[in-house]
Amino acid sequence: MKPIYLAVGVAVLAVLLALPHFMYPVFLMKVLCFALFACAFNLLIGYVGLLSFGHAAYFGGGAYIAAHMIKVGTIYIPFVGTIAVPPVTPEIGILLGTLFAGLLGFVFGSLAIRRQGIYFAMITLALAEMFFLFCVQAPFTHNEDGIQAVPRSPMFGVIDTTNETTLYYIVLVIFLIGFGIVYRTVHSPFGQVLKAIRENEPRAISLGYNVDRYKLLAFVISCTLAGLAGATKAFVFRLASLTDVMWQMSGEVVLMTLLGGIGTVFGPIAGAALIVGMQNYLATLGEWVLVIQGAIFVACVMLFRRGIVGEIREYFRVRRAAAASKAADEAAGAATGKTTAPVA
Amino acid sequence: MFEICIPFVKCIPSQALFAQLLLGLINGAFYAMLSLGLAVIFGMLNVINFAHGAQYMMGAFCAWMLLKWAGINFWLALLIAPVIVGLFAILIEKIFLKRLYNYDHLYGLLVTFGLALIIEGLFRKQFGSSGQPYDNPLPGGTNLGFMFLPTYRAFAVVASLVVCIATWIVIEKTKLGSYLRAATENQTLVRAFGIDVPRMMTLTYAFGAGLAGLAGVLAAPIQNVNPLMGSYLIVVVFAVVVIGGMGSIMGSIVTGFALGLIEGLTKVFYPQASNAVIFIIMAIVLLARPAGLFGQTK
Repeated sequence: MKPIYLAVGVAVLAVLLALPHFMYPVFLMKVLCFALFACAFNLLIGYVGLLSFGHAAYFGGGAYIAAHMIKVGTIYIPFVGTIAVPPVTPEIGILLGTLFAGLLGFVFGSLAIRRQGIYFAMITLALAEMFFLFCVQAPFTHNEDGIQAVPRSPMFGVIDTTNETTLYYIVLVIFLIGFGIVYRTVHSPFGQVLKAIRENEPRAISLGYNVDRYKLLAFVISCTLAGLAGATKAFVFRLASLTDVMWQMSGEVVLMTLLGGIGTVFGPIAGAALIVGMQNYLATLGEWVLVIQGAIFVACVMLFRRGIVGEIREYFRVRRAAAASKAADEAAGAATGKTTAPVA
Repeated sequence: MFEICIPFVKCIPSQALFAQLLLGLINGAFYAMLSLGLAVIFGMLNVINFAHGAQYMMGAFCAWMLLKWAGINFWLALLIAPVIVGLFAILIEKIFLKRLYNYDHLYGLLVTFGLALIIEGLFRKQFGSSGQPYDNPLPGGTNLGFMFLPTYRAFAVVASLVVCIATWIVIEKTKLGSYLRAATENQTLVRAFGIDVPRMMTLTYAFGAGLAGLAGVLAAPIQNVNPLMGSYLIVVVFAVVVIGGMGSIMGSIVTGFALGLIEGLTKVFYPQASNAVIFIIMAIVLLARPAGLFGQTK
């Protein structure tokens, strides 16, 4: 690794550690949860080219299971009966929520990957709507009320989570783990195969890759991390509600990723920070938030499809390419003894 | 008055059964008209029109505003509202969609999703989330012995059936339709014959949106006119489209009506699942026949 990247990495980490002393930790935690959600979503759209329009199901599913397990614990399984389980500690609750999202992702993903392209988006949206209807009817979600007042019980039974700065560091660790998994996935041989599928699926098939299995695994990883984001959000904000599973939430994560830059490593984080910030500052505007979000969507698609981080990267790439070609020209000119400057 | 029984499930009075079947048929009519419009637009433009639900809602609101502010009755609104929605759609196509044809299909979906959010947000800002009532233009009904048939509902089903069949005839049996089908298959070739394909695409989008607007006007006297009425429906219609496949016009019509009926039946025999039944059927179809009932593998 180049020393400059190491220095930048250390600086970013220092900023992240110092941030809660300058900004409201609750806001920062919200940004981190949604940034993780957007990173998980970006793994699919950015590196496999699959647009899932139903990621709220996994985010909300993770949130509901984590909130229920931390607050109540008791499990009811149809035809089997009620299993009395005491409320679990937060890390177990978050883990269970994450696992549930992964399982749900496996079931829905196996169905959705049977169709390609635009149909994939419609199927994931419809399946998420089915899960939403389930959440409306299932008694443990408490319908409109949601699961409220999830206790901030100590992490691992020892770490006090009522202190918001401590909680911020816990969320930061969870985020960094999730982000690390996405980064490793993208920059691994597995990630290379995913990109090959995105670029040319028939060719990937002809090279002997079992494309469906790669897609499904990527889908499950993405859903699991979306669930991790949702479960963490439910614990931090002590709430899991229908808002988390609604299709508007699926739209929001698409918007964050699109705004930040599809297929860029840091784009989803920038997008999440901007959208969460906008929602916080414009909360008083009520219905206008919907209109503004729609307008950002349209502006992104029409004007800068690469997103913010993507446009910045493109700017530097063009500049570097220009510098390289100029250097090459000069080298060629020196070799042949002629200058490339126009003759007066 | 008699009862209809399904062994081991339950018995229900015929009135309730047929009332729910009629309701299912009406929902099916809306599914058919909307999925038809989506299929026609997708065939020609390769765009999934996420704004379809918003355009359906706009149709209903156009009828409501025409009645409330201009005193124009339902029958005229049935003609005017789809035209207004269609003209608005022409603007959308000219300003936004036209510039995206050379990019990935997903961008068409995303931009129409953004437009749907804008339209819905503006209507919610203006009219709130609660519904506005629209007077039934055909009150009353007939007692058929086994059920009571409200006149307007019968009209809505027949009218949408007529519109669907007319669309099918235009696309499958006329010269214009043959151009359309040819352009769907191979645009470059059709352009080479001197046919103005870009204008056909604009008009196709306007037609599909107008169809959604017409469905909205037909729905206005049955449901409350509500800014949210389109956003739930569009998700169900997507599921209908996945089940039917977008390859065939008749397929969309048949699937729409059939799923409406199945939903109505579920409401009678197992109401808890009535909202989810279409999604469950979608899952089964994906397992058994991934291309959809009428779809070609592409």
